[in-house]
Amino acid sequence: MKILTANRLTDGIAVWYADGGWAETVNHADLAHDKVAEDRLEAIGAKAYADNEVVDVNLIDAEVVNGVVEPVRLREKIRAAGPTIREDLGKQAARAA
Amino acid sequence: MYRYDEFDHDFVQARVAEFSDQVERRLSGEITEDQFRPLRLMNGVYLQLHAYMLRIAVPYGTLNGKQLRMLGHIARKYDKGYGHFTTRQNIQFNWPALSDIPAILADLASVEMHAIQTSGNCIRNVTADHFAGAAADEVADPRPYAEILRQWSSVHPEFSFLPRKFKIAVTGAERDRAAIQTHDIGLHLKKNAAGELGFAVYVGGGQGRTPMVAKKIRDFLPEADLLSYCTAILRVYNLYGRRDNKYKARIKILVHETGVEEITRQVEAEWQELKDAELKLPDADIRAIDAYFAPPQLVDRPEGDAAVKLARLDSKSFSDWLDQNVVTHRHPDYAAVTISLKGIGEVPGDATDSQMEAVADIAEKYAFDELRVSHEQNLILPHVARADLKAVYDALVDIGLATANSNLISDIISCPGLDYCALATARSIPIAQEISLRFASLERQREIGELKLKISGCINACGHHHVGHIGILGVEKKGSELYQVTLGGSADENTSVGEIIGRGFSSEEITDAIEQIVDTYLGLRVSPSERFIDAYRRVGPAPFKEALYAGETKAA
Repeated sequence: MKILTANRLTDGIAVWYADGGWAETVNHADLAHDKVAEDRLEAIGAKAYADNEVVDVNLIDAEVVNGVVEPVRLREKIRAAGPTIREDLGKQAARAA
Repeated sequence: MYRYDEFDHDFVQARVAEFSDQVERRLSGEITEDQFRPLRLMNGVYLQLHAYMLRIAVPYGTLNGKQLRMLGHIARKYDKGYGHFTTRQNIQFNWPALSDIPAILADLASVEMHAIQTSGNCIRNVTADHFAGAAADEVADPRPYAEILRQWSSVHPEFSFLPRKFKIAVTGAERDRAAIQTHDIGLHLKKNAAGELGFAVYVGGGQGRTPMVAKKIRDFLPEADLLSYCTAILRVYNLYGRRDNKYKARIKILVHETGVEEITRQVEAEWQELKDAELKLPDADIRAIDAYFAPPQLVDRPEGDAAVKLARLDSKSFSDWLDQNVVTHRHPDYAAVTISLKGIGEVPGDATDSQMEAVADIAEKYAFDELRVSHEQNLILPHVARADLKAVYDALVDIGLATANSNLISDIISCPGLDYCALATARSIPIAQEISLRFASLERQREIGELKLKISGCINACGHHHVGHIGILGVEKKGSELYQVTLGGSADENTSVGEIIGRGFSSEEITDAIEQIVDTYLGLRVSPSERFIDAYRRVGPAPFKEALYAGETKAA
C-alpha cells in the first residue's frame, strides 16, 4: 500500500494527502491499494507541486495498524511523529497534548 | 573581533533584500521549486524531514554577546526555542517557516550576521581553533587570516560553482584543535627561522564516504601569499575536479587520483602566474585586519590564584569543572573556559533560547564580550580572569551548562541524524544520549581519560566518525538501524582515519559494544596516562576484535 506525502511550501511542515486535501497527520491518509490508485495519487502530487502548494512529493509505503495508517520505513515514521528525542515537538506533541 | 564596515553592511542588506524578494516570488508561485532550490541553498535554507532548516554562519566560530542573544531571540520567536551548534562552528535552526526567513535574515543583519555560503558548492564557513587569541601555545591568532579568506571567498565569482563544497580551516598552534588535516585546505600558521609568519599548507583532506587525510604540499607559505596560493589551489581544483560524479567531486579525490607530487606541481605552476600580482597581500592590509582581532586589555588579576584555591576547597564540583573544562591562557591570570553543550543524556550541541541569552550575559559580564563555537559543538569563553571563574561556574550551574566533561567520552560530536536530517540513514542523537547516560559517572569518565567519540547518521560523516578515537556510523540495513564501529581515528596534528573493527551492532547492542571497547582499553593500557588513542596505536585492533567478536568466531 502507498500513501502520498510532501512538505508544505510555506512552512515546510510534513503533510499527507487525505480526503481531498493535505493533512498535517498521517493517520487518515488516502491509501493506494493498486497501480491505478498509485497513479492517481502521483498525479495529485504532481499537480500540487506544480501549483506550488507542496515540495518534495513522494509516494511511500504504508500499512494499516489498529485502524490507522502508518508509514513502514523508520524515516517516514519519524516524519509522521517528530524527532524521537523530542517528544514535545512535531506531530507527536499535538497527539500527547 | 571583526566589525562590518560600510561595504559589509550594504552587501549583507542587499542580500537580505534580494533573498526576501526571491522568497516572496516563490511563495506567490512566480518561480518554481527547481528555480528556487539553488537560491535558497545559497542562503543556508535546507528542507529537512519535518520542516525547513536554516544554517547561520558564525565566521571562524567567533561571536559576541549581542549576536548570541539574537540567536536566542530567533530561537524563541521563529523556531521552537532552541538551536543546534554544528561542527562548522555554525548554528542551525530546525523549524523555521520559509515565510519567516526574510525577517530572520533582517534580524541577523542587524547584528552583523547572515547565512550566506552555509550551503552549496562554494567555499563554506572558514573555521579556526576555538581557543584562537587565548591559547598559550599559539604563535599568532589564526582568525585574521580566516577573516581575509572570508572576505576573499564571499560570493567569489570564480568559486561560486565549484565541483563540490569546499572547506578551509586555520590553526595557529602546533597542537591542532581545528582538525585542519580533514579539510579541503588546512592552514597551519607558524613562524620560520627568521621569525616571519606563514603557513604550512595541507590539501585534500576530507571525510564523507571516502575519508582522506590532507597532504602537506608546502611547508612554508609567506603570509602575503595566502590568497594567491589558495586561488591557485582552487583554480586547479575548479579546472580538473570531477563534475561527472558527485561522490568523486571533492578535491580529496583529485589529489588522490592525480598524486601529491603532480598536484603540487600544478598548484605551484598556477601560483607562479599569480603570486606577484594583485592578490599579494600588502602588509598594511594584514595588519589592519589584525587590529580587529586585537586581544582585550587583560589587566593583571593576581588575586585569581588564591580565589581559585579557596573555591576548590569549598566545592568539589567546581574543582572537577576546573580540571576538565578550563584551559591555560597565554596570560597567567586568565583562563579559557569550555561551556559543555553535552549535558549527560542531552542532545549534543543543542542550546535553548534562554541558555543562549544567559551565556551572552556571562560573556558580557566576565569574558570581554567574546564567545566561540567549537567544532566539537561546545561554546567557549576565551578570556576569563581566574578570579572570576567561580562566578562564571555558578552562573553556568544555574542554566544547566556546567557539565565537567570536556574531552571525555560523553563530550560526543553527533550529527542530527535521522531525527531531523533528510539524508540520514539512522539516528545518531539517541545513541549519543544512551552512551552518555551509560558513562554518566564523572569519576568513571575521568578514569577513562581523553576519549573522542563521534557519531554520524549516514556515510556523509557530518558527525566526524572517521576521526573519532571511537567512531560510530549509523546505516540502514534490511529496514533497521545498524551501527558500525571504527577505532583509531584522530583529528589533531596526528590525524588518522579510524578502521572498521568488524560487523555492525543493532541499536540495542551498540552501547554495550562501546562499553566493552572501553573496558578492553582500561585492561590493556600501560598506565592511566596512556590515552585510548595511544593505546590503540600501540596494540592495534586485535584485542578489541577479540573482546567484541571472539565468542562468534568460536561458535562458527
